Amino acid sequence: MAVQRVPTRSVMAREPVDLSGKRNRNASEALIAAVLFLFAAFSLLVTLGIGGVLLFEAVRFFREVPVTEFLFGNTWTALFLEKEWGVLPLVRGTLVVTLIALLVAVPLGLMSAVYLSEYAGPRVRSILKPALELLAGVPTIVYGYFALTFITPSLLKPLFGREIHFQSALAAGIAVGIMILPLMASLAEDTIRAVPYSLREGAYALGATKLETSLRVVVPAATSGIVAAFILSMSRAVGETMIVALAAGARPADGWNPLEGMQTMTAYIVAVFTGDVVYGSLEFQSLFAVGLLLFLMTLTMNILSQWIARRYRKVYQ
Amino acid sequence: MATEIPQTPLRAASVTQFKEHVDPEEHERVITISDLNVYYGDFHAVAGVDIDIPENRITAFIGPSGCGKSTVLRCINRMNDLVPTARVEGSITYHGTEINSPKVDPVEVRRRIGMVFQKPNPFPKSIYENVAWGARINGYRGDIDEHVERTLRQAALWDEVKDKLKDSGMALSGGQQQRLCIARALATEPDVILLDEPASALDPISTLKIEELLRELQQNYTIVIVTHNMQQASRVSDRTVFFSLNERRQGVLVECGPTTKIFTNPEDRRTEAYITGRFG
Amino acid sequence: MSLTTNLGTAAGSVRRHTWRPRIANRNRRARVLSFVFMLAAVSAVLLLALLLGVLLLRGWDWIRLDLFTEQYSRNAEDAGLQAAILGSILLVAVSGVMAFIIGVGTALFMEEYAPKGRITDVLQTNISNLAGVPSVVYGLLGLALFVEMLNLGRVLLAGALTMGLLILPIVIIASQEAIRNVPLGLRQAAFGVGATRWQVIHHHVLPAAMPGILTGTILAISRAIGETAPLIVVGASAVVFANPDSFFDQYTAMPMQIYQWAKQPQEEFTQLAAAAIIVLMVILLTMNGLAIYLRERLGKDRW
Repeated sequence: MAVQRVPTRSVMAREPVDLSGKRNRNASEALIAAVLFLFAAFSLLVTLGIGGVLLFEAVRFFREVPVTEFLFGNTWTALFLEKEWGVLPLVRGTLVVTLIALLVAVPLGLMSAVYLSEYAGPRVRSILKPALELLAGVPTIVYGYFALTFITPSLLKPLFGREIHFQSALAAGIAVGIMILPLMASLAEDTIRAVPYSLREGAYALGATKLETSLRVVVPAATSGIVAAFILSMSRAVGETMIVALAAGARPADGWNPLEGMQTMTAYIVAVFTGDVVYGSLEFQSLFAVGLLLFLMTLTMNILSQWIARRYRKVYQ
Repeated sequence: MATEIPQTPLRAASVTQFKEHVDPEEHERVITISDLNVYYGDFHAVAGVDIDIPENRITAFIGPSGCGKSTVLRCINRMNDLVPTARVEGSITYHGTEINSPKVDPVEVRRRIGMVFQKPNPFPKSIYENVAWGARINGYRGDIDEHVERTLRQAALWDEVKDKLKDSGMALSGGQQQRLCIARALATEPDVILLDEPASALDPISTLKIEELLRELQQNYTIVIVTHNMQQASRVSDRTVFFSLNERRQGVLVECGPTTKIFTNPEDRRTEAYITGRFG
Repeated sequence: MSLTTNLGTAAGSVRRHTWRPRIANRNRRARVLSFVFMLAAVSAVLLLALLLGVLLLRGWDWIRLDLFTEQYSRNAEDAGLQAAILGSILLVAVSGVMAFIIGVGTALFMEEYAPKGRITDVLQTNISNLAGVPSVVYGLLGLALFVEMLNLGRVLLAGALTMGLLILPIVIIASQEAIRNVPLGLRQAAFGVGATRWQVIHHHVLPAAMPGILTGTILAISRAIGETAPLIVVGASAVVFANPDSFFDQYTAMPMQIYQWAKQPQEEFTQLAAAAIIVLMVILLTMNGLAIYLRERLGKDRW
């Protein structure tokens, strides 16, 4: 029986095979890639926008008020008739509130982190971790409300009596501390868990107790991550607005007494809007000057935190 | 039991040298393991092990991987306590005292029975601190500097690091790191040192250095070493314990005896098969 | 019992030194301190309970139908949240959609198109920095850009666009994570049958990553719904008498209302604020619950 001869490919194809693909398809692929690139570039635009807008208005402000007076002046009476533009009282307010917040959040946060990563069993973790996440999800205005209407009257007044004002850096500081506690705890915990188990084994084998291993070997090994967590939490505290707007006070601080009201940089910015602010006025521009200072401070802290985390990650292989 | 023992002495094909030793039977038994059974959850990992560890001698645990050598080793210093699913039954006595008793504090045990791990794990601290820390937390009441130097000399590391004690322990080479870990273990002045495949992650030269070190240390310490390298076991140990898996995939002790005997004239067929390379 | 009592010094002269291991002390200290650590960790739960307790105690009576049907009033009895709730919903819807589109697009570019190297490093650092910018500063951006420069005025749209920018980094980061989690094997299989890059993404990667992306977007939205500061700066009003007619109308939002009421000295307003907070938190909890549900449900039946 004659076998039907099937023409092979090499017999059929006389011209070279065209692998260049459909023109339309390539064009639309390129278009899509371009569109997505634009989306990505958008995020760069946002940063430029923030920087640009802040600089633009701040420069206008500094034409009226010398930079040195702004940065080193110690009186801020922006909303009064006699206007003085020394920003130090606002910076002081921010610093005091932040410091108190860190005093609350860092010890509690670190201890929680050590407990969660070294001691807690899976059942306990399944309760505590969601609780921390919930705490992290509470809107900051709720903490502000809490500070104003609970911390001050029910906790601080009995303690300090007359000394404490109804709005104080202390009350706000405590609330800000509670707000950043989950952040500090979870960042620190991630770092501590990342320490290799072999280090712990080495310590146990020397006859160390669990506590000694945790505190003297594991935590020190995680130091850089913990420092990065600390700085990031501090940055969050500095940028916090609503808690201080409600509970820290509307008057720029004279001194360092946390029992008094101290307006922070962020609180000032929203305080301006209780009245009517006119576009182009000096008050309007002062918002951006303070905003610029705030932005630079938080940006520096964020970059520093990232740098520390990256640089010291290779401490142990 | 062996059915045929060839008349000519049997030699593991690659073993060419043996350690000069005195019969270990005469020495005092520091550690006695009786009827040791270890369970991980429901899995019966190690069944019915009996071993005597003689003082100031090197005892090697050999056998194919996964047959329980490291598990038994870790029972000796109660490291298995750290594994939540592990359960240890049987008796392990140390100088006559039962280690597995609930009245015994594992922290105390680990102070006297040191351990060196397979992969060098120095602390991310300075070389000095790596050695000093263990001593310090255990309440060493003497000159720590002197103690660090003495310990590093014992570990044959002093000359190489004496000028850089403040440098990080992790900046050393693999072999040096492992000797640092040995120094660290020596710093608590144990009298038993357990080593879990200490040279398997190292290059051949470092391996030989460590074996040399162990032979020196043996004069003052009781050493138990787990190794999958038969030549190493024959070069270094006085007594060898051979582990294997039984039909139920449990780790069991097959044979235990002086090293020369195990490698030239083993009593058990399985031992013979392993050392001649027929399996494992 | 310590082993020391049953042991002399072992034979051999290496041990000549004094040791005071004080094991009982160290163990006791270990127990005490681990208890303290546990208290610290538990404090989070306690604080949460305290917070909820205070809120419920104060606000419970005020949760009634009027809260949802009434508008602004200087009299606590007649005050309600309707405009605020509607405002919040509209704000969050627009900003969510905006952040979703731009965010997913950005994440796709960074994970699927951009070569790993300089470009992605710069973009990534930039996004991390944007995520850390204080929300007031976004408000300032919105004020200068949308309210003034684009001349939108203090309207709902300006607020929504500002919020969109605020939550954009969150959506980007969550989407990146979700896209990264899609196994390489899936992409390789699709490429293997001759699909183009966009076809692979459109038909395989995106559907696989969608649960994670949606979860991230919902979390971003729940962040947006609680933000107050940018809204204040961008001109959301605290005093709005009626629901907004359009996106070019004045508006308010729940956090604004809470802020307003919390500032009032009268006790009724303090309680009313608590009630409003409870409503807000219920909405938040629902959204988070939805996000978790989505993550579990859709994430499971993959491979």
